[in-house]
Amino acid sequence: MHELSIVTHVAKTLDEIAEENKLTKIGSVTLEIGEVSGIITDYFVDCWNYFKVKHPLLKEAELKLETIDAITFCEDCKQEYKTIEYGRICPYCHSEHTYLLQGNECNIKEIEAENE
Amino acid sequence: MKVIELHRTVTESNDRDAAVLRNELKEKGVFFVNLMSAAGSGKTTLLSRTIADLKDEFRIAVLEADIEAEVDARKIEELGARSIQVHTDGMCHMDAGMTRQGLEEMGLEEIDLAFLENIGNLICPAEFATGASKNVMILSVPEGDDKPLKYPLMFQTSDVLLITKMDTIGYFNFDIDRCIERVRYLNPKIEIFPVSAKTGEGMEKWEDWLRKEIKAWKE
Repeated sequence: MHELSIVTHVAKTLDEIAEENKLTKIGSVTLEIGEVSGIITDYFVDCWNYFKVKHPLLKEAELKLETIDAITFCEDCKQEYKTIEYGRICPYCHSEHTYLLQGNECNIKEIEAENE
Repeated sequence: MKVIELHRTVTESNDRDAAVLRNELKEKGVFFVNLMSAAGSGKTTLLSRTIADLKDEFRIAVLEADIEAEVDARKIEELGARSIQVHTDGMCHMDAGMTRQGLEEMGLEEIDLAFLENIGNLICPAEFATGASKNVMILSVPEGDDKPLKYPLMFQTSDVLLITKMDTIGYFNFDIDRCIERVRYLNPKIEIFPVSAKTGEGMEKWEDWLRKEIKAWKE
């Protein structure tokens, strides 16, 4: 399962941050998730809740998810369009020469935490 | 409570672990190939042929990652390569930490060329660096020439594309020129070798690429 392993990678990064900043408790974690990142947010929340109780630093951490819209750019007609709606083929000129501008992110944006 | 702004990607710590592993392998002179593809694309068949062709030149090892089962590792050992099977317990990809554990368990003394046969899946393995020297992906003819449109990240993160099962091209509606054009659009630097592990067609070019890269890696 993709979602659970992403949770473990988030936890690992937060452990490192906690050590660097001498954090004792994390109150919330804000993640930015792109619409086409492949992460299913319902599964992700389930995995988070399963994992966090086993991990002292995250035990009380609230998960906040922010969505980043997926936008594709067409190199031929230079227009931008919504990826979810139209996929990889440009709806204006039907070109295949398109690339994703944003929407596949999975970032840890910020945390709220207490230190010693 | 105070707010700490991080703005880090979730794969950043894995990328760091992968870079450390890659450097260690470089020092040991082990050229490590991460082989990725969909399930059923013929990874094991391609590896078997490659091992048979190169086993007198290089000392070869294979890390077989699978969700379960041990069939592939046994097949590889019969060919005379060192092998270990890693069960990911349901996980859909290998990350750098799991790869390190597998390699340490298998042992890399007196190995020139190691392969990771990653989980059969074109999505997740592309997102998690393993510490490999090079990423190689397989697209088999029966999967279709539209796969670069559906799984762009896999084609973007690969250094080599092997188009396998070329012996079947007459039976499928697979436009190889169109496929190559789509792949090059995503990744202009990728090396592309059309091969058939069954007939041997094109294998020499792929194996020459390995020879050249192993030599450069050990310098």
